[in-house]
This record gives sequence, structure tokens and C-alpha cells, in this order.
Amino acid sequence: MSLLDLDPKVVATARRLAAKAAEPVVDIAKAHTTVAVERATLRLAGITGADTTHRAGDIPWVNRVVDTVREHCGLEHGAVLPVFDALARNDIGTLTELAEATAAGQIQYTVPTGAAARRAAKAGRVAIARGLRQVDRNRAQRDKLITKIGDPPQRPWIYLIVATGDIDEDVVQAASAARAGADIIAVIRSTGQSLLDYVPEGATHHGFAGTYATQENFRIMRAAMDEVSKEVGRYIRVTNYASGLCMPEIAVLGGLERLDMMLNDCMYGILFRDINPIRTFVDQRFSRAMHARAGIIINTGEDNYLTTADAVEAAHTVTVSQLLNEHFAHEAGLPNELLGLGHAFEINPDLPESFRMELAHALLARELFPEAPLKWMPPTKHMTGDVFRGHLLDGFFNLAGVLTGQSILLVGMMTEAVVTPWLSDRDLAVANVRYVLNAAGNLSEDFVPARDGYIVKRAHQVLGEAVDLLDRIVDDGLLNAIGDGTFGLMKRPQDKGKGTDGVVSKADGYVNPAIEMLETGATK
Amino acid sequence: MTKRHVRPYGDATGDGMVQVSFTLPVPHGPRADGAAQQLANKMGIDPAMVVHSHAIGDGFTFFVVYGSVNHIVDLDEVKVVEREYPLLSPAEVNSYVKKSLRRKLIVVGGCIGTDAHTVGIDAILNIKGFAGEKGLEYYRELRVVNLGAQVTVPEIVKRARTEKADAVLVSQVVTQRDAHILNTQEMSAAFREAMGERRPLMIAGGPRFDPLMAPELGVDRVFGRGTTPGEVASYLVHAIKEKV
Repeated sequence: MSLLDLDPKVVATARRLAAKAAEPVVDIAKAHTTVAVERATLRLAGITGADTTHRAGDIPWVNRVVDTVREHCGLEHGAVLPVFDALARNDIGTLTELAEATAAGQIQYTVPTGAAARRAAKAGRVAIARGLRQVDRNRAQRDKLITKIGDPPQRPWIYLIVATGDIDEDVVQAASAARAGADIIAVIRSTGQSLLDYVPEGATHHGFAGTYATQENFRIMRAAMDEVSKEVGRYIRVTNYASGLCMPEIAVLGGLERLDMMLNDCMYGILFRDINPIRTFVDQRFSRAMHARAGIIINTGEDNYLTTADAVEAAHTVTVSQLLNEHFAHEAGLPNELLGLGHAFEINPDLPESFRMELAHALLARELFPEAPLKWMPPTKHMTGDVFRGHLLDGFFNLAGVLTGQSILLVGMMTEAVVTPWLSDRDLAVANVRYVLNAAGNLSEDFVPARDGYIVKRAHQVLGEAVDLLDRIVDDGLLNAIGDGTFGLMKRPQDKGKGTDGVVSKADGYVNPAIEMLETGATK
Repeated sequence: MTKRHVRPYGDATGDGMVQVSFTLPVPHGPRADGAAQQLANKMGIDPAMVVHSHAIGDGFTFFVVYGSVNHIVDLDEVKVVEREYPLLSPAEVNSYVKKSLRRKLIVVGGCIGTDAHTVGIDAILNIKGFAGEKGLEYYRELRVVNLGAQVTVPEIVKRARTEKADAVLVSQVVTQRDAHILNTQEMSAAFREAMGERRPLMIAGGPRFDPLMAPELGVDRVFGRGTTPGEVASYLVHAIKEKV
């Protein structure tokens, strides 16, 4: 039922403009590959482990291989051809053995041609298909577990964060959060991981303000939450972060270890981590295709804009970003039910009518994206050391979430901006959510904003501003708009930023069976 | 005139009333309440009332305690850094810089180490500003170079050099294992080693910094929680006055 009476023509215009703005970027993304996409491809093909003898610390084998391939023959044709050609020529059994031989300087990579190229492509496809079938099995297993154990009984789903730095401690905290009512557990990553150009290996115990995302840590958390799911009688979803320089690899590892959600934004890395725009769009496209295959719900990062820009003045940039995220996601194969588009409760609480504006913005997102599992993010910018006021603000945030039908609610902590959440903070925060759900969970049945009232007008205004901005972005080019500081006030030129040198133009003979199988859905 | 000796104020002068909340790793029950009572007493809260307790999971209990604290505050013994400079308006800052330097004052800022939280540095530098005050980018006579997050120490030293920075601002939000202290010390040592006397003014800021920490961190000034861009700009003017 429409509460805002949005003009379908305006909505269609907004989507058309978003698609038009995204089109040149999609073309660029298709024309390039990156070191991370090639590494992700080889991870699907089965390469694991790390070189523990390297003096810089553990370097994953996949990095050694891709870096060496690039050195010897470039990545313009992709890594699959030279890698599987080398495997055949040197009569080596596994990719990990090949990596060891590479590190020992025994392998010379070249781009094969003719029959050798066809053989290498075929062998690569067989290996990658094995990885994709593992992802497919995980997806089926998730569906089975949900059928058996069940989904959370209520919406929004309750999303809680753990961030101890030690995976074993995370498991304890996550289990206690799930028992206290969390439906989704997100393990915050160690500060700085987004700028590592490799994925660390093994179980880790020493993160900063979070825990490293590794394949083993994913496995440990998923296994622990499978146990807790049975105990609490609902399937506990596990979330991590496909952002930063290793988006595609994290996406693959998440699929291989049955993670259920991933933070994945089309522009977050560019704006907030100063990662090169082209690198981000290429990596994003691959990672989203991977998430689509794995049935992983993405969470986009629009909340972040509002932590830097003003939540009233910049409200329409959230809408624009949601529309762009939606388009890029559809283009990469993600259906609406996997689109956890983000938005946040970040209006200055000192402003008159701030809550009514929050309702307007939240309803706008709800009605623009009726099928998407929207992710509703709590106040952070206006949280201070005044924990009492913060707790009240979180209560209003919860109410807005319930009233406007948000799908995933990240639980706000009154100690936001003070400490990483204590046991008691989390407990009080969940009690806050429970009270609101219990007291007003069905209030949306009675909530009909007045026609032409404040909320309806505000929503129309924001949508109108979003259309105007999209119009300008189409004229100016999305990459230029990003360069000019349109989003979150950050200016990011397309030829700068971290990871720029990891971007490679594809040659005509570029081969990547993973991309093809992700696009066609093939399993062999 | 405030009295020298004061006690917390609940609803009557001298009642000493405080409210605390905490969690003990004890299962909920009378024994847990007794334990909370004991802790409150040891904190100097006597009499203490455990007004609320509830279980968190099987092994923990959360408490809210009200009571009268028997400690007395001696205001003469309170030591804080009082602002050692006058607060200036952006126009005053601009006109002083213009007159005394006859060029723009150059500020290089960023979050050093692995810290990705630019909220602090952005609040001070971005034109958007903080608490209703515009950031330093708004000041016509200041040239601001914001390096953003996760800047390495060598990077910020190099950039400060090439930009001929008058002042370097670093923000540190993450405090796990004292990262904010170690990072800042590393930076101040690097500037001393690379530039000696010709080093720029070094300013550190973050919610967990105390202005008293400047000597320990090796920087010229430390700003804590709630600092506004105007305070930083006014300090910059004050510091150049001292230098000139």
C-alpha cells in the first residue's frame, strides 16, 4: 500500500537516470580486470594457504602467483590462461604446489596460444566450476537449514555487531548476542584491513577494533552459529565486509564458507577509503555477481554519507546512491530480495521535526524499493557521551524502523562514540528494541501520514532533489561527480587513490571462466 | 564564588548522591545484589541502594546503584589545561594571518596509523565543520591539505615538507592497545628527526586525548573531545604569534 503517493512517472525517471549514469561505468568495469578479480578467480579454482617463509609475514599463495604472472606476462589476458598452462607444462598437480614452485622461482609464466590456450582455459574452467559448485551447495544448505530451523519470527531482523579482535572471543560474544535476541551477527573487521591488498590467512586473534576477515575465521563463526541456531530455534545469519581492496576475494570466501550477508557498496571504498574509482567498480561488479550466485544479501553503505554530510541537506544523495546501488546490483545479477539498501537515522536531534523528517526519509526508501530487505542504521553522528540521551534517541530510531517497515535493524548502542560495546550495552540496546517491537510492532497498520502533510511533502521533496541530482550526474558523468565531491563531500578523482596500479585493461583474448559461469549460471 | 570543597548534588546541598551502573560476572540473585552492594561501598558509596538488577545470560548481572558518596572534591587540587589563548572569529584569524605571514597559513591534516575514523579530523578541517562552526577549509587565509585516513608517518612527514606546512594536525580515534599514543609519539619523533627546529607545529586531537598529554606525546598541543574548529584556528594564530 502506498502511503506517500509517489508519482510512478517520477520514480521511473529516477531509475532511468540512474541506469544512464551507471552505463559508462559498467562499460569501464567490463573492459578492465584487477589483481583482486584474478586472485578471486584462482581462489575459486582452489588455491589456498600462504607463504609463511616470506620475510614480510604470511603472503597468501594466490598473491605470489598473481604478482608473478603479472611480472612475467601481464594480466591483460587474465591469470587463468598462464596459470593453467604452467600447471600443464610443468606437470604439477595442484595450484598450491604451483604457488610453492612459483615462490621458489621455478616457474616461468607465458600467455599460451592455440591448442595450449584452449587446454588451459578448459582446465581452468573445470577447477573453477568445482569452487562454484561448493558455493551452490552452501546456498542449498542454507535454504535447507532455514526451512528446518526457521527464520526470525519478526521483522525487522535484529543485527548486532561483535568486534573483539579475537575470533574465539567473537564466537563467545556472538553466541551470547544470539541468545539475547540477535538474528544477524556481523564481525567487524580489523581497522585497516580494507587497505590490505591481500586476505590474511588462518584463525586470527590480534585485530584492532575488529577481527580480520579470513576464510578460517568465516568457517569458525559459521560453524559456531550453526550450533547456536539449533539452540535458539532460528537461523542466525553471519555477516562480513566485502569492501576495500579485496572485495572480490572476500566475496568468494564468503560464498565458500556460507556467510549470509556482506557489506558491499558501489562507492564506499572510493569515498571513505580513497580507493581508486575504477578499481572499485571492477571489483564491485565481480563481487556482486559472486554474492548473487551465493544467495548472499548485500548491505549497502548509504548511512556513511550522512556521517560526513548533513542528513537533511544530503538526504537526496542517499536516495541517489540507493538507486545507483540498485542498478549496479541488478546489472551484476542480484535480485531485489538480496538488496539490503542502506539508510540511517542521522538527523540532528536538536532540529525541529527531526523525527518526522526521519520518518519521511525512511518511508521514501521503503516505497521506492518495496521488495528490498532495507538496512536501517542507528544514530552515530549525534551520539555523544550523554548515554541517557543516546538511549532515548535509539528508542526513537527503533520506533521509526518499526513504523516504516524496515527489514534489517542494526541495533544502536547508547555508548556509540564512547567505548566498543560492553556486555551490558548490548543487553540494554536489545531490551530497547524488544520494548519497541512489543509495544508498537504493529503500529504501522494504523500509521497513515496525512495526504499532503509534512511527511508526504518532505518525501516528495527529497525524491525531487534526487532526480535533479541524477540529471546533473548524467550530464557530468558519474566519475566526475564522484571527483567533485557530490557524495559525502569527498572528492575522488578517477586516476588517483589506493589500488590504482592493480587495474589492468583487458586484452581481446582475455579469459575468465568464473565471470562467464557467474553470468550464465553454468555449473560445469 | 564556588566553595573550595564540594560533594555531588542529588537534590540537596551536600547529599553526595551519585548513580552508577555496572555488570558483575555473578549469576543473578540475592548474592549478586550483595556483591554489588559491597563494590559500591568500596567505591565510597555508603549507604548504597541497589535499585535495580537483572540477569544478562546465565553468568552475569547488571546493576544500577544509587547512594551517597563519602568523598569530597577539593577544587584547589583540580588541574586542567585552561585555554591559554583568546578565541577569535574567522575574520580575526584571517586578518592576523594575512598581516603577520603575508601568505596563507598551511595546515596538513590526517588520521595516522591504521585509524580509519576521519570523523574527528573532518569535523575540524572540512568546510562543513562541527557544532555550528565552519571547518578550517572555510578560513580564507588558511590552506588546508586533508590527507584523510590511514596515512603513514613517513607519508605525512613528506607531505608536510613538500607543502611547507606551518602546522600538522593528526586525529586519533582508535585507542586499542594505546595505538593513539604510540602513533602520535612515532609521528612527533619522525618530525623532529626529519626536520629538527624547522618542523611544523604539531597538534594531536581525539576523543581519548587529554590536553595534559602534550609533553608525553611530544606535540605542541593536544585537543580532546568536543573541540571546535574555531578553537583550533585560534590556537594556530596564538602559536604563530609566539613563533614570530
